[in-house]
Amino acid sequence: MTQSAPVDFSVNGKPVQCKIDPETMLVYFLRNDLKLKGTRYGCGTGHCGSCTVLIDDLPVQSCSTPLWSVTGKQIQTIEGLGSPDTPHPVQSAFIEEQAAQCGYCINGMVMSLAGLLKKTCHPSDEQLLQALDRHLCRCGTHMRILNAARRAIAHIQGATV
Amino acid sequence: MSAPVNVVANPDIQQNPLLVQWISIENDGLILLRSGKVELGQGIGTVQLQIVADELDIPISQIRMIAGNTDLCVDQGYTSGSNSVQIGAMALRQICAEVRLLFLQEASRRFKTPVSEIQINRGFFSHKASDQTLSYRDMSEAVNLNIASTGLAKPKKNSTHTISGKNIQRPDLLKKIFGAGFIHDLDIEGMLHGRIVRPPSYSAQLVGFEDCNRNMVLAMPGVQVLLVCGRFVGVCATREEQAIAAAKVISRHLVWIENESLPKEHPEQAWLKNLSSQDSVVDHTHQSVEPAVQSLRVNYSKPFIAHASIGPSCALAHWENDHLTVWTHGQGSFPMRRELANLFDIGTDNITVIHADGAGCYGHNGADDAAFDAAMLAREAGAPVRLQWMREDEFSWSPHGSAMSVQIEAGINSEGKIIQWNQQIWSHTHVQRPGMAPGLRCLAGMHRDPPAEQLPLTDFAMNAGGGGQRNAIPLYELSNKSIDYHLVDQSTLRSSALRGLGAYANVFAIESCMDELASLAGQDPIAFRLKHTTDQRARNVLECVAKKSNWHQKKNDSTLSDKTRGCGIGFARYKNNGAYCAVVIEIEVTERIILDHIWVVVDAGEIIHPDGLINQIEGGVLQAASWTLKEALHWDQTRITTQSWDDYPILRFDETPAALDVHCIDMPDSPPLGAGECAAGPTAAAIANALQDAIGIRIRDLPMTPERLAQAVMQA
Repeated sequence: MTQSAPVDFSVNGKPVQCKIDPETMLVYFLRNDLKLKGTRYGCGTGHCGSCTVLIDDLPVQSCSTPLWSVTGKQIQTIEGLGSPDTPHPVQSAFIEEQAAQCGYCINGMVMSLAGLLKKTCHPSDEQLLQALDRHLCRCGTHMRILNAARRAIAHIQGATV
Repeated sequence: MSAPVNVVANPDIQQNPLLVQWISIENDGLILLRSGKVELGQGIGTVQLQIVADELDIPISQIRMIAGNTDLCVDQGYTSGSNSVQIGAMALRQICAEVRLLFLQEASRRFKTPVSEIQINRGFFSHKASDQTLSYRDMSEAVNLNIASTGLAKPKKNSTHTISGKNIQRPDLLKKIFGAGFIHDLDIEGMLHGRIVRPPSYSAQLVGFEDCNRNMVLAMPGVQVLLVCGRFVGVCATREEQAIAAAKVISRHLVWIENESLPKEHPEQAWLKNLSSQDSVVDHTHQSVEPAVQSLRVNYSKPFIAHASIGPSCALAHWENDHLTVWTHGQGSFPMRRELANLFDIGTDNITVIHADGAGCYGHNGADDAAFDAAMLAREAGAPVRLQWMREDEFSWSPHGSAMSVQIEAGINSEGKIIQWNQQIWSHTHVQRPGMAPGLRCLAGMHRDPPAEQLPLTDFAMNAGGGGQRNAIPLYELSNKSIDYHLVDQSTLRSSALRGLGAYANVFAIESCMDELASLAGQDPIAFRLKHTTDQRARNVLECVAKKSNWHQKKNDSTLSDKTRGCGIGFARYKNNGAYCAVVIEIEVTERIILDHIWVVVDAGEIIHPDGLINQIEGGVLQAASWTLKEALHWDQTRITTQSWDDYPILRFDETPAALDVHCIDMPDSPPLGAGECAAGPTAAAIANALQDAIGIRIRDLPMTPERLAQAVMQA
């Protein structure tokens, strides 16, 4: 492997210096080097959305994001969003709605919705559908996921009003 | 009172008669449940916790559950066929009732008081009068659970359940929504990452792989192992992306000879009838001779459908001193252990198979194959290997749900009663699971050198629920019927169990045809169905869904009539002995079919986890809507050409209905029934019937894509 200059960025608020091949996709570094396994590998081609993380608050598919492209950026994964003790409102809403069957696609959706809510506390239903448009669910949990998203929005609006 | 469990008849208890095989008391006071049924995303783990907690009078937090570990758990075969509740959970309920009684008797001895005076609450046995209290742990050394189930203890009355019948949060979701929780997340010290390079087509023969190219691969960064054994080619590397990169390079340098071994694709699956088949009688009943005054002869079809789970198939394998440990998200750890023993010619004692949760499992997908792949590579590597499939492997090499063709010839008499029903079914097999029969079914076994012998294709017999002929017999009262199954045994695409097996196509066909006949008879579709059934539970779900959906008002109120909107019904009892399900779907038709409102009524017997049941029904409906409106695998005569999500679109968020209402009829005195598969066929038929209602066009060949809709409109 050719030695490349290390890439610096932050993950969940902590600085990270990454010395592996900068062409490597972010998903492998997050999962295999940082052991942040909540970012799921689905298709490797950016079609399914299960690997979505926030990069500078924008939802991005980490399976199609080479490490060199995140130099100096702030990355947030599901582990940095909340914990069972201090869940993010989107995570709470998914649990309250029991909005999952297998749960594999959920974390990517949670990240996209968290990204949407960082952009606006008052997203329209159209914006909500747009945020989920890049995500696939195979178990057919769509109705619950939409309910969870609406619950999270209501919760955040309640908290900010 | 709960339906009594016939110990002799329950196959899971027969297979695992000792109480201690199921339940033991841990030193820390927790109750250990050793389940043979595994979590597939369907929520069975939660149902089992509820049953154990209720039957033993303990809080759920006092249960430690392990599942699908061949060293530690009971052998309950495959977690499949909607049997986990019907058979598995009922076995567990009976076992727990017996355990509880043994502890109660021990408490009675110690308290010197009759059993009837002892209360059990949150795991404590107490006798108020003498102020004595004991826990399960306090008595565990004195109570021998190493005895066979007798069937003498009776499970509690349903009315006394405090946990079953209520909603609880699924514990597994708490792990998954905050981080790890899947097989994909397991990490073992020294683990290598593996990838398989599959042949480009089913019959491709490997004819060349130059030494210089092998050496080039071995010199790639991180590459540790290159295994070429017949047509089985795999690579292991230190890092995951290195294994993927190496697999891509290998794929470019393997030389294959391919041939046109597949039939030409056909939108109505006409090729099925041209291949050789094994023909069997499903039901020939002739009770009357009466000429039909009106009749029809129509053909329905469905294409090959992919499992298309969002997560790729994955497994870990590790050989240590000739002992193989495999972690898998397959549906049957014990059958897998048998196939592994067969593959490597070692004893089952030398193999441990451990279940770990995977992404959604809807039947026999690539999970099993991935486990055998991992074991092959790990043996070569002499190190633990984490093996994962690529998306294109899933579409090309996983077993798929077979294409099917169902021809129905039916006639009615002058009173609008069905007096003739001839149904002919063509399908490939719906069961090629490993470890169920002698010989090897796994890809590793078929591709390695020497390859396993090709096994004859068989399908489930009707008394085992049926495969292609599942739900082939209409539940309706038909005085004459001729139903035959033509199991197409000339192999094309690899097929095996996908949610509902043949029930999806058979119910789609039967329920579409019921509407076609109702129309011939000039009768309302629901009234026509009610006229042909005296089964009270069937009538209940049909009448209930009519009420919930305002069916009759919709059909009668001409002011509501709109030429782009329509309403359709579909009904079935899964396997004719499982859950009853009726679905009404209201659609709007533009250039495509838009789902507007869906009403579902289900009778799945006693309800143990209401929200889990509703979740399964919602999922069953929406997945079937996706199959029905969008899905088909494509191939040319050599290869499967479906390779990515671009080629295989599934239901998206902007295609979901505005509302999906599920109503479950609780039948506390009837045995609980699995519900994951009951909604698929009724959903497909309800959509087809709604389309007919809306624009007067019937589509009998799936999927009902915008292209097919346009074609049907042009031909009308």
